[in-house]
Amino acid sequence: MRNNRVLGLLFPNRHDDALRELTAERALGSVPFGGRYRLIDFALSGMAHAGIGKVGIVTKRNDQSLMEHLGSGKAWGLSRKTEGLYYLAPHDVPDTLYDGRVAALHALDDFLESSIEDVVVLSDCHVVGNLSYKALIESHVDSGADVTVAYRFGECPALADNLVLDLDENDDVTALRLGVNPAGDHACGIGTYVMNKDLLRRLVAEAAAENFMHFDRDVLLRLSQTLRIRGYKAPAATYIISSPETYFEASMALLDDQRRNAVLPLGTPVYTVNRDVCPAIYGLNSCVSRSLVADGSFVDGTVKNSVLFRDVRVEKGAVVENAILMQGTVVKAGARVSHAILDKDVVLSEGKSLTGLAELPLCVKKGKHV
Amino acid sequence: MFRKQECVAMLLAGGQGSRLYTLTQKIAKPAVPYGGKYRIIDFPLSNCVNSGIDTVGVLTQYQPLELSDYIGSGQAWDLDIADAGVHILPPYQQTSGADWYKGTANAIFQNRNFIERYDPEYVLILSGDHIYKMDYSNMLAFHKSHRAACTVAVLAVEPEEAHRFGIVNVGDGDRIAEFEEKPEHPKSHLASMGIYIFSWAKLKAYLEADEQNPASKNDFGHDVLPAMLKAGEPMVAYPFEGYWKDVGTIDSLWEANMDLLNPNVPLDLSDPAWRIYSNNPALPPQFIGAHASVQNSMISEGCSVYGTVDFSVLFPTAVVEEGAEVRDSILMPGVRVKAGAKVQYSILAENVTVGENAVVGERPEDKENLEEWGVAVVGEHVTVAENERIPAKAMVDAKGGGAHA
Repeated sequence: MRNNRVLGLLFPNRHDDALRELTAERALGSVPFGGRYRLIDFALSGMAHAGIGKVGIVTKRNDQSLMEHLGSGKAWGLSRKTEGLYYLAPHDVPDTLYDGRVAALHALDDFLESSIEDVVVLSDCHVVGNLSYKALIESHVDSGADVTVAYRFGECPALADNLVLDLDENDDVTALRLGVNPAGDHACGIGTYVMNKDLLRRLVAEAAAENFMHFDRDVLLRLSQTLRIRGYKAPAATYIISSPETYFEASMALLDDQRRNAVLPLGTPVYTVNRDVCPAIYGLNSCVSRSLVADGSFVDGTVKNSVLFRDVRVEKGAVVENAILMQGTVVKAGARVSHAILDKDVVLSEGKSLTGLAELPLCVKKGKHV
Repeated sequence: MFRKQECVAMLLAGGQGSRLYTLTQKIAKPAVPYGGKYRIIDFPLSNCVNSGIDTVGVLTQYQPLELSDYIGSGQAWDLDIADAGVHILPPYQQTSGADWYKGTANAIFQNRNFIERYDPEYVLILSGDHIYKMDYSNMLAFHKSHRAACTVAVLAVEPEEAHRFGIVNVGDGDRIAEFEEKPEHPKSHLASMGIYIFSWAKLKAYLEADEQNPASKNDFGHDVLPAMLKAGEPMVAYPFEGYWKDVGTIDSLWEANMDLLNPNVPLDLSDPAWRIYSNNPALPPQFIGAHASVQNSMISEGCSVYGTVDFSVLFPTAVVEEGAEVRDSILMPGVRVKAGAKVQYSILAENVTVGENAVVGERPEDKENLEEWGVAVVGEHVTVAENERIPAKAMVDAKGGGAHA
């Protein structure tokens, strides 16, 4: 399936600061998640499933790991003769203004103009879930709205620029509130927007001309009385990653059958890069329960309520509980780790113990030997 | 225009593998699943890529659909290369008529035009029947340094096993003195691995002569190699050391999978310097449930285990429900073992469902007469009914029961 009318734009650097250590050397979109994915895989696979054949990746900094991951876009079916993946890095945009998105889009106006697509889907990468971009786009086109904003109904994420949508019974936006996190359940934007390309270009040009640089505040909020803005409800199992704690929670949600099947359905798979590692091997002493384990791992110890990425080793007598072990992590014989996120290639030496708190998981930086 | 290649590989993948019975009813032997996520053909294909050989012809004949689909563009092995890469070569019609591949040598003869367009010095002949990791570039260097017309890879087998193989007797300087096909009293225990390197000009001449001989079976082992030896061509034996397993029978396929669970068996599939590539669907990581027990096993992406798994190999999307037990078995993709069922010493082919409380296979220690024991096999898409018992050595396919030799 191929849809020539829709252009995808991904912003992998948005909310970079939310994950602290995990984004020290990588863009947020490149943060590993769920045993074998990167956060960007969710939005990118969603776009691929909707038949979007042209996707621009708008990067700003720390994009090496992301580019390595995406490569030519083959894994998402986006390495093609016509269109496919575009790396867009408007480097001349001032740093402070860039997160406002308007500056970036303004700098990319030539790309937008030359694209034949007439609908644009913009998406951040801090959300995990199985949003149907196809249904989102159809709802936008059918409703004739100017802008459709995907939202999750639930607790507000602890983001400084959280966008709350007040909606009528038809999902039409009656008011927008930015930078507030009221208690209780609300419709909160998940950083995914659908707009007609010409309208997007016009609004961006107008905002840029007046030095308005924040898309939500200076475009959506400012014009919310003149534009017809609609909401589109994302599935209940949609996780907004706004901190290491929420990253941890979203990971742990995958250990629940129902939520895992909702986020990682077999029918519409989340695509990612295949690393050609052999299946996971469980040793004589392995004792694993309620855990997600990726290929290439070797487990000979105890693993409980945890997520093991590819090529993780848990040696005999080691105990891993309520932990996320990223690719290449080694927990040596007799070592213990609980309530922790161990970034790639961390080595926990024999007999060492690392314990975080349930409400505050410990983060260990990539490559650290403890 | 095609780029000249020093060496072109020709992979004989047309065999039926009839001793795998129901497992090869709808697929060619090289497409048989092995090792949790691989198929047999991944080994020679990956060996080619890792050895720097990037032009490979895959000769298909028996049930080629799934194999052709699997190989696709060759992308999974990095063999989607504009002027080289992997090519599927089924038999085809010519103005002089249409022929199936009569024998291994005839299959190569019929595809001489494919080989010629790369103008190679050497041709590497491989089969899709074996599990092994081998650097063919070392064998090619050996062939060149011996100025041989033909090099045959050989492996030392146990003397008591030698009578099951094609035996190569070696004289001075690695020169091959004699071939013996499954000899009753073998003079050596060097077995031919079915891997040959030929100097292409020589091979071409012998293939042409072989085609003129109405008595020939057009087979490398039976006809071409003996003819070359008789004519006094320089033929040498290249000694290979390492893991090599023919997976042509139910027992050997089961054993070869179990070898992966034995840390003492020298077959490392996780060596980053010699990756075995495979073509796999995108699936989430495996999930091990709260009450599961998993030991001594190899488990793949997309599997869900809620029961007990011990000494077993689970392929993608296999599901073992709570209270089910799987021991000493191989579950191919899409198998579901329902609650309370027991699977032991069995091979369950793709998409088999084992009903609740059914028992598939038997333990050898529960058999008084070991002659009656063997691995049980359930063919693809078969549903084993609730409470049904499938005995040892059974061969169940969609058409009903049976047994393998």
